[in-house]
Amino acid sequence: MAVPKLVIENLQAEVEGTPILKGVDLEVKGGEVHAIMGPNGAGKSTLAFTLAGHPRYQVTGGRVTLNGEDVLAMSPDERARAGLFLAFQYPSEVPGVTVANFLRTALNELRGEEIPARDFLKLLHEKMDILQMDRAFANRYLNEGFSGGEKKRNEMLQLAVLQPKIAILDETDSGLDIDAVRVVAESVNRLRGPELGVIVITHYSRILRYLVPDYVHIMFGGRIVRSGGRELADKLEESGYNWLRRELGLEEVEEEVAPDVR
Amino acid sequence: MGMAKELGLDLEYKYGFHDPENYTFKSRKGLDRRVVEEISWMKNEPDWMREFRLKSLEIFLKKPLPTWGGDLSGLNFDDMYYYVKATEKKGRSWDEVPETIKKTFDRLGIPEAERKFLAGVAAQYESEVVYHKIREDLERQGVIFVDTDTAVREYPDLVKEYFGTVVPPSDNKFAALNSAVWSGGSFIYVPKGVRVEIPLQAYFRINTENMGQFERTLIIVDEGAFVHYVEGCTAPTYSSASLHSAVVEIIVKKGGRCRYTTIQNWSTNVYNLVTKRAIAHEEATMEWIDGNLGSKLTMKYPSVFLVGRKAKGEVLSIALANKGQHQDAGAKMVHSAPETSSTITSKSISLGGGRTTYRGLVRVPKTSYGCKSRVECDALILDDLSASDTIPYMEIEADDVTMEHEATVSKISDEQLFYLMSRGIKEEQAAKMIVQGFVEPFRKALPMEYAIELNRLIELEMEGSVG
Repeated sequence: MAVPKLVIENLQAEVEGTPILKGVDLEVKGGEVHAIMGPNGAGKSTLAFTLAGHPRYQVTGGRVTLNGEDVLAMSPDERARAGLFLAFQYPSEVPGVTVANFLRTALNELRGEEIPARDFLKLLHEKMDILQMDRAFANRYLNEGFSGGEKKRNEMLQLAVLQPKIAILDETDSGLDIDAVRVVAESVNRLRGPELGVIVITHYSRILRYLVPDYVHIMFGGRIVRSGGRELADKLEESGYNWLRRELGLEEVEEEVAPDVR
Repeated sequence: MGMAKELGLDLEYKYGFHDPENYTFKSRKGLDRRVVEEISWMKNEPDWMREFRLKSLEIFLKKPLPTWGGDLSGLNFDDMYYYVKATEKKGRSWDEVPETIKKTFDRLGIPEAERKFLAGVAAQYESEVVYHKIREDLERQGVIFVDTDTAVREYPDLVKEYFGTVVPPSDNKFAALNSAVWSGGSFIYVPKGVRVEIPLQAYFRINTENMGQFERTLIIVDEGAFVHYVEGCTAPTYSSASLHSAVVEIIVKKGGRCRYTTIQNWSTNVYNLVTKRAIAHEEATMEWIDGNLGSKLTMKYPSVFLVGRKAKGEVLSIALANKGQHQDAGAKMVHSAPETSSTITSKSISLGGGRTTYRGLVRVPKTSYGCKSRVECDALILDDLSASDTIPYMEIEADDVTMEHEATVSKISDEQLFYLMSRGIKEEQAAKMIVQGFVEPFRKALPMEYAIELNRLIELEMEGSVG
């Protein structure tokens, strides 16, 4: 299988008439983990939703291709079938639809054929075991009454079962205790390989201790303003964002509460 | 993304076919004393029943049409056949049923269902029951399952004791009408302690245009007994109105349990105006599982009168209203005894300009202490053409009552659709999944075969409804 390659060029997008993304460039290949960091309002989640094709996010310029195919011309379900996956920060509840039914329907769509029930259950249980999830979880209604941690694990379960080419994790670590962060990170680590490229969107560097990125990008004002290796994440953890604001000639602000103390 | 654009409502109603008429007897159009007497004469009834009919006719003629609920202006009582007898025969095997009628029930899948998973079947075609059969082992245990006309002749004492006691003719105009011209329906008696674990089913089919079908069902579940009764209904698609106006009376004695499941799928020219009521005695349980998919207008509020301590009542219903349809449905729970409990769960879906109304009443008089009631109404509206109302009445006089009420009105949210689509599921499929998830609590209460059929019907209704 060819190594997947997502290319984002000068991507611009707005939400209800307000420009948020002002020209994002990024290239993600199979086998790579890219972390995108930045303060609140930098445009990180907008980038995630724009790539997944949420109708509220209007693209106003730029190009996105996955293995040469024009992603922006596709509907959200076509993007998924092309190999794009977004792990939601706040996934929707769908009452009456079980996790298993949902995943099986999705997998059938992605494969373009019916997977036999027995094969599906085997796959599902294998992945649930890795994520340390109780098998009864598969019969619960999708995200209904799930705790924050259960929702995130459920997103990781989908990632593991659906096996996309490019996965975008939108603040998957937020709201999780450190043990849960570790489980989530390790589940992604198991999937790492030349067939999967990962974009980790995070506010904090905590998850990056377990899910070690190859590249770190900092977003500010709708653009990627710095790119580097994991040392960039370490610097943010130590010093916050104000050094960057100074470098960018922006006004410094009072930093948010230190992330890891909870 | 947005939901439901214009709805290509060339919906195929699978049961809209009709048979040629070659009937034994068809009353003239319209209703008066003569027609009622003729029906009674045709049935060779005892005097008390003829008197009951004539008294009911007077009440019907006096009572005004309800001014609430749905639009009844398309209903013309003078332009209707009140009694149509398609055949002289009533079969105990399908071979005895006339060929055309048998074919119809074959197309509806009834004999097949009987072979596979039913303990007894009644099939009513127009006014009369044409097929009736119950498993012999149940018969040996004393279970009676016959059509109500037969019951009047063969079990007069039982019928006389209960007939018209749960729903008196004076209850409402349509109960009076049914009491005057009733024909067919099921009579069930389950003796003390007998549990009928496999469902009994009745199937009601209207064939004639401008036909009124008025079946009368009476179910008596004796102490500690159990029965699950299932009814299905269809009719051909005609341009002018037909009327289905049944009365169902149920008595559940101490510690007994009755579950009554309806999947109503009338064609969209049928007015479905039905009175269904049960009396639950001490520690008895009555469950109405009520699915309303077809008809032009349905007005139906299954009720439970909880007259014995610790009796339980449940109504679990779904209504689906598509183009030109109004489902005015709900439930009524009367807590006449202490420590009784009730649950009403109503789910409705409107699409293509359809309208759903939940209309319900929970009454707890002052002397009924320690009662519990929970009412949940969820409406799902699939497009801007469609509407839904919730009209819950609560008459709570007792102090010591636990009352919960929840009502939600929702649309399929863009967020839900996007979430499912982001996993590769196409928009139409995603919308169907959300709707099927919405009706899941109802579907789960059905025997598997009906659950599959329900899914299929909902899929059919939603064809082309998502842009």
